Amino acid sequence: MIEVENLTRYYGTRRAINNLSFQIEKGEVVGFLGPNGAGKSTTMNIISCILSASSGSVKINGFDTFEQSLEIRKVIGYLPETPPLYPDMVVTDYLNFSAGIRGVDAKKTTTAVQRVLEKCSLKDVGHRIIGRLSKGYQQRVGLAQAMVHDPEILILDEPTIGLDPIQIIEIRKLIQELAAEHTIILSSHILPEITQICKRVIIINEGEIAAVDSLGGLTASLRKSERLSLTVRNSEGNVLEELKKLDQVISTTKGEDNQYFIECKLRSNLQDDIAKLALTNQWGIVELKPVSMTLEDIFLKLTLEEKGAAA
Amino acid sequence: MKNSWIIAKRDLNSFFNSPIFYVITTVFLTIYSYIFINILSFFSMQSMQSGQFQQMGIALNINEMVIEPSFQNMAVILLLIIPIITMRSFSEEKKSKTFRLLLSSPIHLKEIVLGKFFACMIVVMVMVLLSSYSLGFIFMIAEPDIGPVLTGYLGVLLMAGCYVSIGVFASSLTENQIVAAVITFGFSLFMWVIGWGAQSADSSTGQVLQYLSIIEHLDRFLKGIIETSDLAYYLTFIILGLFLCHRVLDSNRWR
Repeated sequence: MIEVENLTRYYGTRRAINNLSFQIEKGEVVGFLGPNGAGKSTTMNIISCILSASSGSVKINGFDTFEQSLEIRKVIGYLPETPPLYPDMVVTDYLNFSAGIRGVDAKKTTTAVQRVLEKCSLKDVGHRIIGRLSKGYQQRVGLAQAMVHDPEILILDEPTIGLDPIQIIEIRKLIQELAAEHTIILSSHILPEITQICKRVIIINEGEIAAVDSLGGLTASLRKSERLSLTVRNSEGNVLEELKKLDQVISTTKGEDNQYFIECKLRSNLQDDIAKLALTNQWGIVELKPVSMTLEDIFLKLTLEEKGAAA
Repeated sequence: MKNSWIIAKRDLNSFFNSPIFYVITTVFLTIYSYIFINILSFFSMQSMQSGQFQQMGIALNINEMVIEPSFQNMAVILLLIIPIITMRSFSEEKKSKTFRLLLSSPIHLKEIVLGKFFACMIVVMVMVLLSSYSLGFIFMIAEPDIGPVLTGYLGVLLMAGCYVSIGVFASSLTENQIVAAVITFGFSLFMWVIGWGAQSADSSTGQVLQYLSIIEHLDRFLKGIIETSDLAYYLTFIILGLFLCHRVLDSNRWR
């Protein structure tokens, strides 16, 4: 549905993105992840036809963003980093206006606006002036604007930035609901957010793609070893030493209290051995579980590795 | 065209909901009215004098002595005021990032530019319309020629269109409204005084400079003459301004 090929964009002499290529299928929810200034917004702006690429192409439904941008803009709903709100307008007027320029038929405008007011829980504030709404509500108005013409593709640039935790949860829930009917591209530098909403992640760092994969795949491909966590009741015996004696264990570390981390080779299935060891030594197992790498770890690893390689 | 109207309508709503419009209109009408009353009282004094000395045989023409100078003064006041009307057009949209909403919508850039132009023109027309009470007053007490009045309005609006087109163009250049207003005012004023160079230049350069002057073309409209060269000048001016504006906005995609 969305095909990005060798996309490069310069601002003057500074290269914002370099040779990005990826594809997004219909119905997918894809997360753009990267530190500030990585090129997420630039990429999204190019996909939404606001900026032109220096080279490379973006095709959506077979239409080119450069040559047939009007066709593309019809099927895209875009929420930029700063929601494009006119502070002096009333919410419903603003949505009517957005529907108008987005090409919603005049007769269907009222229903379309009612629909998004309901979806974004804005019914109570429909008659209020946008500038006087809280940030959370403003963000929702921004989201409502992006979906008033019921687009196939929603592009959301950092939709939860600057919101308080409760508002973040609300917006996140809303996006999850929307995911059922739309293809969504979402950007964020907040990692847990992406983990919760997106099925696939594109990690961008310094304008280049550091990784494209599903969350599970990313974790798997990046791990050269597995990690287990063992918590025991009594650690009078020399737990660390005993664990190290096991086959396939690479290293062991002690965490807080009586928690131990065991780094072992991939697919070594050490749980049984550890349990036996714990039984014979009477450590008293409280918990034994695999530790999966969080997105945060992956992210840091990828972005730091890159830097290390460059240096 | 429908899209231009949607954009113009939003701009107009925001004009009429903001104090700027009311402040500007008040200032415009106050200054215009003050000058108008002065012109009118001067005219009535003169007509009284000529009534006393009938043998001098001076025919006083209300079109020439009241209406024409009123239009000329209106043109000056509009020169001062239009930059303030047009400065918001694109600068504000850019600054508050709302311009991305327009850019990501399925509308042509030229529709956006036209929408902004129409919105400002309508505001100017409302102001000019409000000031027409003065001429209505003259029609009540005297019998001026209607022709020069109508062409006068046409000329003033065309000239205002040139200012607006410069203004819309200037506001596409910058996020800063003050900068946009200053550029508009400076350039409009320059186009006004450019004809003054005609006196010291040689005859062919002088003619060119004179033709380029924005005020030069208004005179004939005020006298009731619609000449093709004047119409062509104003329309070309307006279209050129809007075209440049379109190019600037289009090039923003690349920068």
